[in-house]
Amino acid sequence: MTEKTFAGYCVKCNELGYLMDTDEWNREIGLEIAKEEEIAMTDKHWEVIDWLRDQCKQEVALSVRKVGKSGVVDIKGFYQLFPKGPLKTASKIAGIPKPVSCI
Amino acid sequence: MKQILILGAGTSGTMMSTHLRKALRKDLWDITIVDQEETHYYQPGFLFLPFDTYKPSQLKRKVDEFIPKGVNLIREKINRVDKENDKVLLQNDTEIPYDILIIATGCNIAPQEIEGMEGEQWYKSIFDFYTFEGSLNLRDKLRTWKGGKLVVHISEMPIKCPVAPLEFAFLSDEFFTKKQMREEVEITYVTPMSGAFTKPVATKELNYLLEEKNIKIVSDFNIEKVDAENNKILDYGGQEVVYDLLVTVPTNVGDAMIERSGFGDELNYVPTDKETLQSKVKDNIFVIGDATNLPSSKAGSVAHFQSEILTKNILSFIDQKPLKEAFDGHSNCFIETGFNKALLIDFNYTQEPVKGTFPIPGIGPLRLLKETRLNHWGKKAFRWIYWNILLKGRPIPFVSNHMKLGGKIINKQ
Ligand SMILES: Cc1cc2nc3c(=O)[nH]c(=O)nc-3n(C[C@H](O)[C@H](O)[C@H](O)COP(=O)(O)OP(=O)(O)OC[C@H]3O[C@@H](n4cnc5c(N)ncnc54)[C@H](O)[C@@H]3O)c2cc1C
Repeated sequence: MTEKTFAGYCVKCNELGYLMDTDEWNREIGLEIAKEEEIAMTDKHWEVIDWLRDQCKQEVALSVRKVGKSGVVDIKGFYQLFPKGPLKTASKIAGIPKPVSCI
Repeated sequence: MKQILILGAGTSGTMMSTHLRKALRKDLWDITIVDQEETHYYQPGFLFLPFDTYKPSQLKRKVDEFIPKGVNLIREKINRVDKENDKVLLQNDTEIPYDILIIATGCNIAPQEIEGMEGEQWYKSIFDFYTFEGSLNLRDKLRTWKGGKLVVHISEMPIKCPVAPLEFAFLSDEFFTKKQMREEVEITYVTPMSGAFTKPVATKELNYLLEEKNIKIVSDFNIEKVDAENNKILDYGGQEVVYDLLVTVPTNVGDAMIERSGFGDELNYVPTDKETLQSKVKDNIFVIGDATNLPSSKAGSVAHFQSEILTKNILSFIDQKPLKEAFDGHSNCFIETGFNKALLIDFNYTQEPVKGTFPIPGIGPLRLLKETRLNHWGKKAFRWIYWNILLKGRPIPFVSNHMKLGGKIINKQ
């Protein structure tokens, strides 16, 4: 675990740069992480981020296909918003854990 | 008379019928269980059937054999739950009213979710091993296959028994080595995750396995479609993988009955409280096993731990007391690595798999997250344990419902 400062907020991160505590997240932090990932955030990006955070709060496992069925964005659109590993990148910006399997 | 209705007589439903028949007075409670199948399959055996390790007959028993006396078994397809009126409609238009409903309809593969998967090549060059038919057809294919590019593929998470595809890759390596044709087979493991292992300790301890067995990996692969004409799978990000033989785990979904009932999530899983196992649909509906949307693994061992917790909570519900028993996500799985060795993992919602001794701290005899022969015999013994202990609702010696920290080597960060 390391501590990182985004937009003046000091937050706990894991080795890969994912927030350890999603409650420490706010939009300004999300925006800074997005910059590091070279994503220019638009309203559509935020809509996806909000949906992901909401799902995370409800403690359901996420997958790219699930995002595609969310009604917020389809899978092609998701790839356009967050190219290369969209769920990984979007999860990082959303301050939620990286999707993992059991092992 | 009050009625408990259990939907599905697979691993979870069968265990619940046994537990509840023991716990509830016969003069007060009727218990009914519904399943469309005549056969109870030992699903973990589907991993071994393609390699001719088990005979089909070793994986099949009659559903009736495990349903205790005093429980009504109905063989019929479930149409839907009418939660407003507390009743279930069967395919043959029978209605069954209930006081308490337990949903245990599991999950299954949905190859139709992926474009091009279930076409003309299905069970010719494209196979699943998550169903009895898939596994048996794959066995016949492997008996005569001349070699080429074998692609072992996961469509998307969550899937039941998430390590089974990796085990399939490991066992393929052994199978073709023993057939003296390993040189003719290129094995590639394709996953939507960021690697074969995703948890820090497991990644560190186990990444050597793929290299040692010469299994290639393609990660972050989110399949868009199968191009069966040109023998390749394509992902949304533009990656392509060519195969001669595609062994895929299609999208897993809950039964369509849940969709017809109007309360499933995107993949037909029932929203469930992750501790009490009460549904978020209605207070008198409970959910167990693969049918839940819980972040725990979808495995028989998990269903076993859940069944004891759910039984206590249902008894509390009947007594109108708070549901005190909390499931911690405990899961315990053997992972075959080939050549008579296996790993064992024991974990829960918050504790990732680590090294250590199991089930007796400091003694074992099993080793966690380490390849041993004894773990392999554990996996093989699981079939006997499944038929004789698990399904009969008996406790597994030394293994408790809640995960134990004792015996685990945990490095505090
Ligand atoms: C290849 C493979 C390997 C596995 N390996 C392991 C392992 O090593 N260890 C382990 O612990 N677990 C393993 N599992 C997982 C384990 O088999 C499942 O998690 C377990 O069987 C889940 O139990 P369940 O009762 O929730 O669902 P199931 O046992 O699948 O039962 C569901 C039942 O509901 C019935 N049903 C569904 N819908 C309807 C309907 N509409 N009408 C009537 N009946 C219906 C079905 O016929 C079925 O009998 C493996 C699974 C597979 C596929």
